[in-house]
Amino acid sequence: MTDAGRPDALLKQLGPDGRGRLKVFLGAAPGVGKTYEMLVQARRRRLDGVDAVIGVVETHGRVETDLLTKGLERIPKRRIPYKGHVLTEMDLDAILQRHPRLVLVDELAHTNAEGSRHPKRYLDVEELLAAGIDVYTTLNVQHLESLNDLVARITRVRVRETVPDSILDRADDVELVDLTPDDLLQRLKDGKVYLPEAAEQAQRNYFLLGNLAALRELALRRTAQRVDAQMLDYMRAHAIEGPWDAGDRLVVLISGRPGGNALVRHGRRLADRLRASWTAIHVETGRIEDGAERDRVAAAMRLAERLGGDARTVTAASEADGVLDFARSNNAAHLVLEAPRNIWWRAPFTLSTARQVIKRGGDMNIHIVPERKNSTEKAARLEKRPLRIDAYAGSFLFSAGALGIALLMSHSLDVSSVALVLLVAVLASALAYGLVPSLFACLICALAYNFFFLPPLYTLTIAAPENIVTLGVFMMVAVIASHLTARVRMQAILARKRASTNEELYRFSRKLAGIGAMDDLLWATAYQVAHMLDLNVVLLLPEGENLEVRAGYPPEDVLDSGDMAAAHWAFAQGQPAGRGADTLPGARRLFLPLRTARGVTGIIGLDGRKDGALLTPDRQRLLDALLDQAALAIERIQLAADIDRTRVRAETDRLRAALLTSISHDLKTPLASILGAASSLRLYRGQLEPPAQDDLARTIQEEAERLNHFIANLLDMTRLESGAVAPQLDLIDLGDVVGSVLRRAAPLLVRHPVTLEIEEGLPPLRLDPVLFEQVLFNLLDNAAKYSPADTGITLRAAREGDKVRIRILDRGEGMPESDLERVFDKFYRVQARDRRRAGTGLGLAICRGFLEAMEGTITAANRSDGKGAAFTITLPAPVP
Amino acid sequence: MTPDPRILVVDDEPPIRRLLKTALTAQSWRVEEAADGLEALDFLRRNKVDLIVLDLGLPGLDGLDVTRRLRETGNVTPIIVLSSRDDEKGKVAALDLGADDYVTKPFGVEELAARIRAALRHRLQQEGEKPVFQSGPLTMDLVRRTVSVSGEPVKLTPREYDLLRLLVAHAGKVLTHNFILREIWGGESDVQYLRIYIRTLRQKLEADPQRPALILTEQGVGYRLTIQ
Repeated sequence: MTDAGRPDALLKQLGPDGRGRLKVFLGAAPGVGKTYEMLVQARRRRLDGVDAVIGVVETHGRVETDLLTKGLERIPKRRIPYKGHVLTEMDLDAILQRHPRLVLVDELAHTNAEGSRHPKRYLDVEELLAAGIDVYTTLNVQHLESLNDLVARITRVRVRETVPDSILDRADDVELVDLTPDDLLQRLKDGKVYLPEAAEQAQRNYFLLGNLAALRELALRRTAQRVDAQMLDYMRAHAIEGPWDAGDRLVVLISGRPGGNALVRHGRRLADRLRASWTAIHVETGRIEDGAERDRVAAAMRLAERLGGDARTVTAASEADGVLDFARSNNAAHLVLEAPRNIWWRAPFTLSTARQVIKRGGDMNIHIVPERKNSTEKAARLEKRPLRIDAYAGSFLFSAGALGIALLMSHSLDVSSVALVLLVAVLASALAYGLVPSLFACLICALAYNFFFLPPLYTLTIAAPENIVTLGVFMMVAVIASHLTARVRMQAILARKRASTNEELYRFSRKLAGIGAMDDLLWATAYQVAHMLDLNVVLLLPEGENLEVRAGYPPEDVLDSGDMAAAHWAFAQGQPAGRGADTLPGARRLFLPLRTARGVTGIIGLDGRKDGALLTPDRQRLLDALLDQAALAIERIQLAADIDRTRVRAETDRLRAALLTSISHDLKTPLASILGAASSLRLYRGQLEPPAQDDLARTIQEEAERLNHFIANLLDMTRLESGAVAPQLDLIDLGDVVGSVLRRAAPLLVRHPVTLEIEEGLPPLRLDPVLFEQVLFNLLDNAAKYSPADTGITLRAAREGDKVRIRILDRGEGMPESDLERVFDKFYRVQARDRRRAGTGLGLAICRGFLEAMEGTITAANRSDGKGAAFTITLPAPVP
Repeated sequence: MTPDPRILVVDDEPPIRRLLKTALTAQSWRVEEAADGLEALDFLRRNKVDLIVLDLGLPGLDGLDVTRRLRETGNVTPIIVLSSRDDEKGKVAALDLGADDYVTKPFGVEELAARIRAALRHRLQQEGEKPVFQSGPLTMDLVRRTVSVSGEPVKLTPREYDLLRLLVAHAGKVLTHNFILREIWGGESDVQYLRIYIRTLRQKLEADPQRPALILTEQGVGYRLTIQ
């Protein structure tokens, strides 16, 4: 084995970046001194200068332990009001805020009070580790998930608080705190072991020498196993050939029957001992599973994942096919199955999965685990599956029909041909209803055959021996045919189910590909998930700091605070939260992150219309498929938006560059003239004739006015672009505005007489007089600039339907057709032959901006009656 | 012979103060300076001036505050406000508070001088009003209550007469919509009415009502009667 062969092992040793280290003090029973040992080591670290604090430590009033906590900082516990009491719990947020190097968290298996962020303390510890804080914690071996059954059997006390084995497996250090049973009993006698008052008697039964010895052995073995695993990791990391069998894999078959959890735990222990990786699989055979079965499968699969195994669902015609195919293709050497149920009447007809697997399993090691019942599971088994009356009635009808036809044709057919007609009924039942109803039809047909066709007729006795053979052959053919037909039917159903699921998925993905708007996409996703999984769905996307409900099916706008907290947690951590999850299980919905390679893009919230588990493994897979597609589509749209933003930014940059060029030119030219003229006046006034002085002074005045005009335009543009233009709309007489603008523009219009053609009785217009005067001013200015001296400008205003049109017409060159729209762009100037005439390139853009703010429009055209430009303002005529 | 009018210039920009001092002194007015509102009020407590040129955008106490304080303390010295171009509301507010006129920055010296002259004349007029007013073709005889344009008598309704009388009484000065409405209609009317009256007045008085030369519109502020 080479180094290159085991890079994953090396990586595993380093651990993920930034994660805190976990040390578990493992003990066989309460009272062995785990907390004491933890405190001693923490104090030592503290002396080394490590910032160690106490998150939670229960000293139960024991003096020597209490003394050890002195000098260590304690994070005060959080108080949670609960049904009139106040409970205290470790304050996770305070610790995260304080962010020490090391925190002590006693009793890893503790269950948090309702209303805490996580239901279990080990999940708190996970979060602390994820935040990069080292954790010391204590744990009794009885709380380990995989040993739970075993401990219960040894001590007859079932511990409810369990911790997944994966926590222990992933711990960086496990230290066994060992005490011999004799010493422990002595300490108990001395009153040095804390026991809760109420449970004292039960606990005393627990502290029997035999029990303690067995628990101690478990603890020692579990630690040894871990040490072993560490050794293996080390050897792998250093490419030392070892005794491991690389390909070893173990498969546990989960059926919907009770006892799945015990099977999974057994599988895990076995896999540990074999040092094999392991997978729990469930086979879907197309048989309709009822709710209880689905829930049991889901629970077992979840347990398998918690215990560090893989959980997979496969589809096959039978359980045996599914598990054997999977085992072969995954190179599994071990199969764990539950013992077949002994149902006497079924035994002759069917081969149990276990027996089929044993028969066809070849060289695989097959472990059969006996079914262990407990009272709740028994109760569950008592509820029968509903008898499908219609199936049996249908089979009966088929049989009766076939019998009728056979009777009608009996004189033209011989006895063996009649059997073929009856066989049709059996096959039809198998096709329509499956195996058991077809066997029922088979039985009816056999009896009818005997009764109606085999002599002596109308009795159930048979005279001729060859007819016994005939009946026997009929029965055999019927049973085999119905088996085969039923299997074909089942495969057809499965194929159809898969095909329709695939079809739906395909349609969904096609639909998503065609959607360009985020909201449409979210609604489509919500609808599809709700429709395919029969769940209520909400979709949340990040909106700045917050998550916002963006779609829901059925529509939902607001989530309560509990749901919102779960959604936020799920988004921040990228983990499921809420109903049925490990975090905030009190929430009404289950929240799952929508992930892509770039991270979490959103959150989906699900809640069922019924109580119980929301997702079975197959539904989970379907949901995953849907969500993967949705997440990708969301990302696609977000990326498109990013690209748009980038494009807009590039465009803005281009404009800004144009603006800078334009501004620097337009500001500097008049400034240069002003500076030049002013300095000439100061320096050479004595030498200059009065007319020359006057010329310079006029230059200063004119250029300053030009500069002022330009700056005013820039300010207007800035106001428009920052959205600061709030028109003060008022009913205005157009003539009034025209009068004042003509007065203001008079200096510009000296060489351009203006003709007014304002229709009589024009209604007052709803306008901002100041803005509108500026619009007219800019248009007149523009007309004067772009038309030769001593040509007229016409201002025409008339009502046209419910609009009022104002036209400004000049006798200039007009504009190229291609420029008619662009003249309203910022800094766009029609190429002027005389550069001096060119303005700021802002006047028309400001006109359009101001008019749009006043709900008007402006367009440019060339005059139809000869040369010249025509600008048309259209305004709504106010309703009288 | 009255002494040359004394003018207080209040502006925080030294170049503007220097320019105004030079330009106004050239018109043979005496010019005092203040750099901010408090300094101006302090100066006015101790001295009397004939007119104040007041920048609206002063640091600390701004032009509006200064106007309000002066008018509250009964000081009726004419005030001409210097406003910036994008401050429509500011200048209307100043006029409504009792300022007499405004000039928008940047301004030409002729324009400011014309406003100052109008305001000073108005002050003199109030002290001893002339019985006959004349501007261009318009003649208004306040005693005989007649109006004529180029010698032709013009018939006005009583409301139109009151409106013209108000404009004439403040000739050369801008009157805000609010002020006119308050004076003529007692404040309970619509600018719309005012516009209609102004239009009919123009029709009766102006040579070309489309290009009014007598009654000018100050867009967004009010009206002004020109003195010719």
